[in-house]
Amino acid sequence: MSEPLLVATGLTRHFRIGGVLSGKTLHAVDDVDLTIGRGEIVALVGESGSGKSTVARLLARVYRPTRGRIVFDGKRIDRLRTRRERLRYASDVPLVFQDPFSSINPAYRVSHGVKRAIKLHRPELSRVERRVEAERVFEAVGLVPPAAMLRKFPHQLSGGQRQRVGFAQALAFRPKLIVADEPVSMLDVSIRIGILNLMTELRASRGVSFLYITHDIASARYVADRVLVMYGGHLVEEGATEDVLHRPKHPYTKLLLAAVPDPRAPLGLADVEDAGEPPRVVEPHEGCRFAPRCPLATEVCRTVTPLRRSLGPGRLVACHHAEPDVGEQPSEQPLVGSPA
Amino acid sequence: MGERLLEVRGLRVAYASESGPVVPVDDVSLDLDEGEFLGIVGESGCGKSTLLYAIARLLGPPLGGEILDGSIVFRGRDMVALSERRLRHIRWRELSVVMQSAMNALNPVLTIEAQLRDACRAHSTMSAREIRARSEEVLRLVGIDPLHLRSYPHQLSGGMRQRAMIAMALLFTPDLVIMDEPTSALDVVAQRSLMKQIKQLQDQLSFAVIFVTHDMSLVSHFSDRLAVMYAGQIVELGPTRRVFDAPLHPYTRGLLDSFPSVAGPRTHLAGIPGSPPDLVEPPSGCRFAPRCPLATDRSHAVPPPLVDVGGDLVRCHLYVPDAEPAPAAAVEA
Repeated sequence: MSEPLLVATGLTRHFRIGGVLSGKTLHAVDDVDLTIGRGEIVALVGESGSGKSTVARLLARVYRPTRGRIVFDGKRIDRLRTRRERLRYASDVPLVFQDPFSSINPAYRVSHGVKRAIKLHRPELSRVERRVEAERVFEAVGLVPPAAMLRKFPHQLSGGQRQRVGFAQALAFRPKLIVADEPVSMLDVSIRIGILNLMTELRASRGVSFLYITHDIASARYVADRVLVMYGGHLVEEGATEDVLHRPKHPYTKLLLAAVPDPRAPLGLADVEDAGEPPRVVEPHEGCRFAPRCPLATEVCRTVTPLRRSLGPGRLVACHHAEPDVGEQPSEQPLVGSPA
Repeated sequence: MGERLLEVRGLRVAYASESGPVVPVDDVSLDLDEGEFLGIVGESGCGKSTLLYAIARLLGPPLGGEILDGSIVFRGRDMVALSERRLRHIRWRELSVVMQSAMNALNPVLTIEAQLRDACRAHSTMSAREIRARSEEVLRLVGIDPLHLRSYPHQLSGGMRQRAMIAMALLFTPDLVIMDEPTSALDVVAQRSLMKQIKQLQDQLSFAVIFVTHDMSLVSHFSDRLAVMYAGQIVELGPTRRVFDAPLHPYTRGLLDSFPSVAGPRTHLAGIPGSPPDLVEPPSGCRFAPRCPLATDRSHAVPPPLVDVGGDLVRCHLYVPDAEPAPAAAVEA
């Protein structure tokens, strides 16, 4: 692969919660490194509260990182000074939201949002060109006939169609990376696959990269080249999709995979037993954040935050007890330090 | 499995809407035996929740909705004809409902104890001590420490709130527990452990369950039989394993083809094109015909009957005996 499209290092975001004096710090995202290649679909998987949506918002510059930096296309995004540069970044990296029912203005025809976005980000286009462009992106996401669909109001569209409008708006920017935050979780199952297929089609036809954020690891497997697993604000496992799904290393990834209902698999009632809940990371101390739920936890897990280590090519795991596959040589030095 | 517990026959329910009456439950018939676990799956707007509300006789103000036709016989009594007073004796004691969103169904300004007490007072003559003892008992049953009797709903996690809802439903050890997507607000791990708990409680207390969900993979390992609903009608009904292994209705096949697998081969899935019909004006023939890859002229013109295929039910012209082509060939196509 050539130079990656986006590289985030040590990405951290804390929030102040509580009162002025009794205030505490919520660690939403701690020390996350992630790389997205050109034309690559990367899935970020985790349960609610794991920090995955915060990562999306950091990448889209909705939040400023507490620490860490994001380099997009060779440029640090905290150094975008002019409005023009920031607009340019916003059009390169649009965000598609989870809820297609509240992310489109119900008072306007759907053409409004698309044309407005085009006007803002591509002011060189004339009125007629804007209309042609809007029709082109509608056609690209399967909203046909485009001219008629553009005239509709959001309430006249189904959930799946509205989510396609969200992708059309993102496409109108001629983006390089679309950050899709749970784009299918509110849609009916029969519609979901269509949206996932749309993502792979757009990658194939336009070379767009995706960061696909989801709690559904089966759908992540369906679209993604690589999978990143988050837990309690930490990235706990990373690797090529099939590798992670077939040979999960982190106990949390194993738990997540065991919990997915798969009608094609026979019932394993010998499932991992788990009654725990994902943590809300407030003023954390040293130690693995999964330790309280982890069947393998030992003393070291409760006192030392595990570093991300390499266990095979492209494979990073933050666990004291994870072992490489037999026959593979682990790399000795930890790749990235992970202060709590 | 024991005696017949519930018999629904030819049920039709209508809501008034600005654009005319909507019939979200149209000619639905189903049976349930004692101790049985029946799953009902379908997409949003297919009428599955309305069916539950109709069975529990919860329609009418403020929800709206009216039973137009049909009968609901629960333990020998026709629920449709029962008075509100008689229904009070049945609800909660013999039949209870677990609603979808515990956050909305629980009262945010009352402790769990107060809410359990409320239900006990409304439906029994238990003394304060008995109520307290029973409340502790049902919380333990669902794996919540009785300490949480003094907690308010917001102090519990999502999974615990749903468990508290189930504890409330089990106060009087009912014969039938109706569940409307009780796990849909939970994460996969919490979802899995709640499903297992429901199954364990059912084995232990032998109540029957009607479990409604939009995610058919969720019930795949838990329900005895599965009913698939589409646009207000049951389109397939049979043993769960059979429905998954050899689905009859093209809609069921399409639904199964919409779930990416975590373990099996990584194949391209097609899902189902289009979206469900508007129930104000459902298609004149088969309601699934506009989205069906196997639809014929007849599908578009004539509503298919419910056909008995080896004891299972399917609403599709492919299985009407005199219809050509043979279903087996069509399935392979």
